[in-house]
Amino acid sequence: MESTPARASGYKPPPPVIEPGHTFESVTSKISSVVLTKYQPVGWIITTLIAFMFLNLMIVSVSYLFLKGIGIWGNNVPVGWAFDIINFVWWIGIGHAGTLISAILLLLKQDWRTSINRFAEAMTLFAVACALMFPLIHTGRPWLAAYWLLPYPNGMGIWPQFRSPLIWDVFAVSTYGTVSALFWYTGLIPDLATFRDRAKHRVTRMIYGALALGWRGSARHWQRYENAYLLLAGMSTPLVLSVHTVVSFDFSIGIIPGWHTTIFPPYFVAGAIYAGFAMVLTLAIPLRRMFNFEDFITMRHLENMAKITLVTGLIVFYGYLTEVFFAYYSANQYEKYMIINRMTGPYAWSYWMLIFCNGLVPQTLWIKRLRTNPFWLFIMSLIVSIGMWLERFVIIVTSLHRDFLPSSWGMYYPTFWDFSTFFGTIGFFTTLMFLFVRVLPMISIFEVRTLLPQSKIEGAEGH
Amino acid sequence: MSQLFHRNTNIYSRLSIVAILAFLGFLGWVVAMLYMSGYHTGQADFVEQPIQFSHAHHVGGMGIDCRYCHTSVEDSSFANIPPTKTCMNCHSQIWTNAPILEPVRASFRDGTPLRWTRVHDLPDFVYFNHGIHVRKGVGCATCHGRVDQMPLVYQNANLMMSWCLDCHRNPEKYVRPREEVFNMAYERPADQPNLGADLVKEYKIGTVDQLTSCSTCHR
Amino acid sequence: MDFAAIRSRLAGAEGRLYWRSLAELSDSLEFREYLHREFPEQASEWNDPKGRRSFLKLMSASLALAGVGACTRQPPEDIVPYVRQPEEIVPGRPLFFASAIPMSGIAKPVLVESHMGRPTKIEGNPEHPASAGAADAVTQAAVLGLYDPDRAQTVTYRGEVRPWSAFMGAMQSATSGQKGSKGAGLRILTEPVTSPSMAELLATILQDYPAARWHQFDAIGSDGARNGIKQAHGSAANAVYHFDKADVILSLEADFLSPSGIGSVRYTKDFADRRRVTDENKHMNRLYIVESSPTLTGAKAEHRLAIKSSEIEGFARRLASTITGQSSSAASTPAPGGQLGEKWVAAVAKDLQEHRGRSLVIAGDYQPAAVHALAHAMNQALGNIDATVTYGPAIEAQTVDQHASLAELSNAMEAGQVQLLLILGNNPAFTAPADLKFAERLAKVGLIVYHGLYHDETADLAHWNVPQTHPLEAWGDARAYDGTVTLMQPLTEPLYDAHSAYEVLTTLTTQPMRKTTEIVKDYWMRAFGAGVWTIRNAQGETFNNAEAFWRQAVHDGFISGTAALATPFAPAPKPGAAAGAPGTAAAATTTDTAQAPSDPSTPATGSAQPPAPTPTPSPAPQTAGGLELIFRPDPHVLDGRFANNGWLQEAPKPLTKLTWDTAAWISPRLAETRGLDRGDVIELRYRGLTARMPVFIVPGQPDESVTIFFGYGRRMSGRVGNPPEEARAFNAFLLRTSDAPWFGSGLEISKTGERYLLATTQDHHAMEGRYPARVATIAEYEKEPEIFKHMGGHVPPRTLTLLPEVDYKGYKWGMAIDLASCTGCGACVVACVAENNIPVVGKEQVDRNREMHWIRVDHYFTGDIDRPESLQAIHQPVPCQQCENAPCEVVCPVAATTHSSEGLNDMVYNRCVGTRYCSNNCPYKVRRFNFLLYSDWYTESYYSQRNPDVTVRSRGVMEKCTYCVQRINTARIDAKKEDRAIRDGEIVTACEATCPADAIVFGNLNDPDSRVSKLKAQHRNYGVLEDLNTRPRTTYLASLRNPNLELEPAGERTTGH
Repeated sequence: MESTPARASGYKPPPPVIEPGHTFESVTSKISSVVLTKYQPVGWIITTLIAFMFLNLMIVSVSYLFLKGIGIWGNNVPVGWAFDIINFVWWIGIGHAGTLISAILLLLKQDWRTSINRFAEAMTLFAVACALMFPLIHTGRPWLAAYWLLPYPNGMGIWPQFRSPLIWDVFAVSTYGTVSALFWYTGLIPDLATFRDRAKHRVTRMIYGALALGWRGSARHWQRYENAYLLLAGMSTPLVLSVHTVVSFDFSIGIIPGWHTTIFPPYFVAGAIYAGFAMVLTLAIPLRRMFNFEDFITMRHLENMAKITLVTGLIVFYGYLTEVFFAYYSANQYEKYMIINRMTGPYAWSYWMLIFCNGLVPQTLWIKRLRTNPFWLFIMSLIVSIGMWLERFVIIVTSLHRDFLPSSWGMYYPTFWDFSTFFGTIGFFTTLMFLFVRVLPMISIFEVRTLLPQSKIEGAEGH
Repeated sequence: MSQLFHRNTNIYSRLSIVAILAFLGFLGWVVAMLYMSGYHTGQADFVEQPIQFSHAHHVGGMGIDCRYCHTSVEDSSFANIPPTKTCMNCHSQIWTNAPILEPVRASFRDGTPLRWTRVHDLPDFVYFNHGIHVRKGVGCATCHGRVDQMPLVYQNANLMMSWCLDCHRNPEKYVRPREEVFNMAYERPADQPNLGADLVKEYKIGTVDQLTSCSTCHR
Repeated sequence: MDFAAIRSRLAGAEGRLYWRSLAELSDSLEFREYLHREFPEQASEWNDPKGRRSFLKLMSASLALAGVGACTRQPPEDIVPYVRQPEEIVPGRPLFFASAIPMSGIAKPVLVESHMGRPTKIEGNPEHPASAGAADAVTQAAVLGLYDPDRAQTVTYRGEVRPWSAFMGAMQSATSGQKGSKGAGLRILTEPVTSPSMAELLATILQDYPAARWHQFDAIGSDGARNGIKQAHGSAANAVYHFDKADVILSLEADFLSPSGIGSVRYTKDFADRRRVTDENKHMNRLYIVESSPTLTGAKAEHRLAIKSSEIEGFARRLASTITGQSSSAASTPAPGGQLGEKWVAAVAKDLQEHRGRSLVIAGDYQPAAVHALAHAMNQALGNIDATVTYGPAIEAQTVDQHASLAELSNAMEAGQVQLLLILGNNPAFTAPADLKFAERLAKVGLIVYHGLYHDETADLAHWNVPQTHPLEAWGDARAYDGTVTLMQPLTEPLYDAHSAYEVLTTLTTQPMRKTTEIVKDYWMRAFGAGVWTIRNAQGETFNNAEAFWRQAVHDGFISGTAALATPFAPAPKPGAAAGAPGTAAAATTTDTAQAPSDPSTPATGSAQPPAPTPTPSPAPQTAGGLELIFRPDPHVLDGRFANNGWLQEAPKPLTKLTWDTAAWISPRLAETRGLDRGDVIELRYRGLTARMPVFIVPGQPDESVTIFFGYGRRMSGRVGNPPEEARAFNAFLLRTSDAPWFGSGLEISKTGERYLLATTQDHHAMEGRYPARVATIAEYEKEPEIFKHMGGHVPPRTLTLLPEVDYKGYKWGMAIDLASCTGCGACVVACVAENNIPVVGKEQVDRNREMHWIRVDHYFTGDIDRPESLQAIHQPVPCQQCENAPCEVVCPVAATTHSSEGLNDMVYNRCVGTRYCSNNCPYKVRRFNFLLYSDWYTESYYSQRNPDVTVRSRGVMEKCTYCVQRINTARIDAKKEDRAIRDGEIVTACEATCPADAIVFGNLNDPDSRVSKLKAQHRNYGVLEDLNTRPRTTYLASLRNPNLELEPAGERTTGH
């Protein structure tokens, strides 16, 4: 089984992926100590509290939504979709990095992935959870959707309409969510076992023990584990590409100028990875600081992620240019007007901010000094996240608000509830994320061990 | 260190996988059963009425034609519930003092209408038209069952959309000759497939496309 | 709270709640008990208004969960049969009754649809000459007014509820006091009365009380027309115009295509008939208009000269002297409008003279008598009398100058001469000119009886208040614009303790107990007996007995052949108007009875005497400088009488598409110079009076003029019409003076700095070179019939689609809309609202682009906003286009919108989950979404208005035009029962039925002989956005213009490509 990087014979990491001077013991204790301790960093407590407040805001917003209907939002005719779908696409996009890092980088034998893949995957799951909310709540009456879409028992004798991209979404996203979850959990098993063995309190041990599914680290276990992990990696790889492709169909199937375009699938996928890595940076930088993981999440990680961000950023930017060219080349008055309206219309600010955030800011990453400056990377990653949100705003709102008949052109103005729902989900996401780092190893212990020089002598078996 | 779990935990854990799946399946089954059952559809339910009016007696026993009371069944969407006057046509002559009929007499005296409870109650977004069904050879009993044998009328079919569609998708399975529409005892003949097909042609019953267009029933 | 209970109660609420809850309807008391049973803890809240709100919140919440109710049982429903079933009623089938809705005393004939005794919809009366099957927006909206919960409901005395008998007693005592003085202290104030029976009743009263006075006032009536015709004839008469016979029309600010005008329904029809150009017959009429603020008529005109209202008389004089050839002082004075004006006078005069007997000059209701007289003179000179204009006897029982009449009453009140004042309707305390101080002078009246539909501003000042019966609740009669006697029959018992004007007036007579029915019927029986009427039935035979005649008349809703007949038994009461009323021509002061023609039985058309050569000029408007202030009735709420009607408030007003509010119209240039923007609140100072208005910038409005509209700023109209605090002062009546009722100079405006939200349904009025609405001149069309096809984008071949090619066997429904005849009146919008239970969403929601109208009337204009004469407007009604390749259908995840076998784009409300994807993907944006719970589930009185054949939608549901599929199904079922095909014209959509211009035609495209197929075969036929290959079933016939080349050299066109 020549799969995990450490096994690769004669492999020498140019600069070490993790800082030297660590032993198996030090790695294990350092990572597990985050969980198996009574004391929290203050930063963790404060962040979690704030996030929890926003989570409640979300609960309130959604309840009110179900009570009154989506009229509490700013949506209207012509702008039938707004924050709801923007947020959906945004979250799905963010949900891409995790699986990409875990699966694709694994297959590409990128050993530096090991210390970030765990929480990147967690991030994926939570982002997908946030994303999944919106297709459900954006009708204001989710209980109906639930039944119409899964018509069992079928008392009506008719079926959902499989021509609609929204149906494809349901399948694409749920599949992606399931596989990512499996992948993530499989990866956790050995570390859960480690926790089981290190935990002091009996109850804790029981819990981790149950979750570890009786992992003993025998050669047979490892062999099975490697197979399963590799298989899952293989399965998730196409999904990374398919999910956002399908999501992009929601728009490209439509006839609205600005939606009806063939470049969407690649352009969406690139954007998703871009947004995903930005979010990984946004989380990684404060976390490594908070728990002193600079040794594990090293500058090399940050720099590599920065590079990927830069590349995907360039692809996205190319997408914007292509859109403009298409509009010009199509010689279609609606398409032309759409671009002109984006650049000079009432929502021009969003378009130019988008160009700034996604087009210009990432260019700073050409410079090594900035690329290796955690603070700047953090700022940059935030700007990118904003930019990616704006991208969806531009695609959805500015395309819809002025389509074909001038008589039905209109404007969209978000309401308080639009924002509260959006920030609510961010709170939801952050809460989950921080609870995760508290109860599970945010860095894959056993995989980091394999990065140690010792592992080359002893092999990567658990103890 | 001591083992956390007893060794046969393994068996339990393996079983639990199967068990969970089985349980979920069972749950789904229960929901489906409830949903299609009379509990939800009201099929074959006893319905409280102001007067213990027996179709079995009036139709089965005395052979009164449906249309004597349900006057507009042929020309309107609504078959019509007879006005008190219709009851009194006879009951001003017979059973004039029967206590059971007091509500009828009272209604006729002071002009307050009787309040019957709907037995066949379609949702308000469904527009059923009796007239056309009767005209095209759908027998009363096909939907309402052997009313002539019901002391108290109950809902015969489950009135689910799939039930409607069954006939709208293949009417030939159910249509009968016009003259038999009001015949409660009519039995589908052995050659119903052929007969039905002929009747569908003869009565110019709409194409399946037309019968299953949404706006045929929903507006 | 107990959701389970509410849920079960509301499980069926997806659909027609009111239908299920006939039980609730039948008596609300039981409904309350029911509530107590169902959820006691909330039921108590039902009674106190504040609590009710929170209660309703919970209700709406539970409605949200109604969807979940799919998993629970439906609640039991009651069926409540008749005790004795009426003969004619077949349960489940509607009945239609002919009646009329009077407006300013003049009948608008209607056909009322009634479901099991509940009037649900108003259509035009097809047989009636004034309607021909069409009805305007305000007439149709009357059915909502019937069920208005804010109507006055009980007889009150000084605010306390009293029985009717108490009122009769009070009147007896009051009148007995008047006996001595011959009724010197008795005054009756009514709207204009055209009702013969009412006139007779009034006459008898005035005979009993010789000293009593009968005053008439109607804030939006036209004294100009009344007095002008007197100047021309020397006696009162009624002019009827025949646009179907006119090739060239000059309108002197006459808005005969107005959306709510008297007779405009028929005028629109006649006018449109002359614009229905086909490939075979390419003749069309030509319309010139000289007007101040833009109107629908102006929008339809080939040539529009925008000058101040006050300048129109000058223009008319110049033109008249040119046409009649009589050289007068006018001939030398320059025409208003400078160079352009001169050019116009020459060109128009020439054109009119070239069409002697086939031309028509018509003066506007809001122009002074002199202009009307001039118009009549010009028609005389052009030989149009009895050709395009006919004169009949005056239709008002007594024609008086109304402002003079009200002024006299007001003075009498001031002098304390009025002991008993009967006010029959029309809310004078609100609508009276400011200078008469009517409201405060009412305080000097001994006893005031007000008979009104609402407890309005006047009712507030009256002692006795008697609720008025709605026109659909009482017998009555009135004459239509052309004089045809029209009968009104009740569709239902009065919903409240309401009484007709007859019943109120009889309390003054010796036999106070007479019922309305007797009075009206008895009158017509006698009229029949007297034989002064040459009454004939449809076949033209005379009736053999009175009963037969009466039955026929009630059935038809009018008495045929009565247009040109004067009223028999007409009263000859004391004149109600004082001499020398200011601001009106001398001729106006002599009032006389309706017997214009000597022999009432002969039509009076011939009796037009040669008009006075130079009519009395109306006094020159004070040249106080400043701006010119122009008054107009609001197109929908008129003088405020319909302020509480949600349908009318939400129906977009023509041209501005403004809803729920009024605004002061100013020209772009004036806005520029004064630094004003739409929504800026200005203060208007005029003759010492002040009011406020938000401004609306309207291209085509003459600079230096401001147009304001009556009807808003009402304090006591009801929950719908009452304005917010900041809008209280938006009241045009605050500025109106009786001497200058329609325009006056000397207006000063100043910006207050405040802003006011104006909600419109359309903000963008330019076509952006996309030509959804297409127009060309008749010349271009004759040269190149295909011209319209080339305007839009390139239409792809039919094969260029992924969707399967369907050939529609059987029926294939389609619609054609003729933009050449459409005037943009918006009657179709209200018709659709009434037919399809479309909810009213309110101003705030309209402002968020969430209006629910299934058919909208788009308005585009082209031209240079600084050159009003260059502006051209076009209206385009847009219902669902029912695309064959419908973009909405493929994207719906639950197949809630699908294609029917007849090519309809069905929308299934109960299936819809509300993703709004279909709306996003609809290029025509005709889909409407229930963002909130818009349908009113709670106002019980409205339940009865709803159309039981159409589902009432809940929130979260998409909806759109269905081509009135309920009507299609009814027709199909009827046809199938008779084993025949549906006939062409058997299905008439609501919009088609009511369109005064017959611009909308619906039918079967598979039948080559159907009207719609023939229209679609025309070269003018085109589809909007056909380049998207949506293959719309709704297509349009391009509009045509017939310009005068002298005023518009070819090539100087501003529309087209």
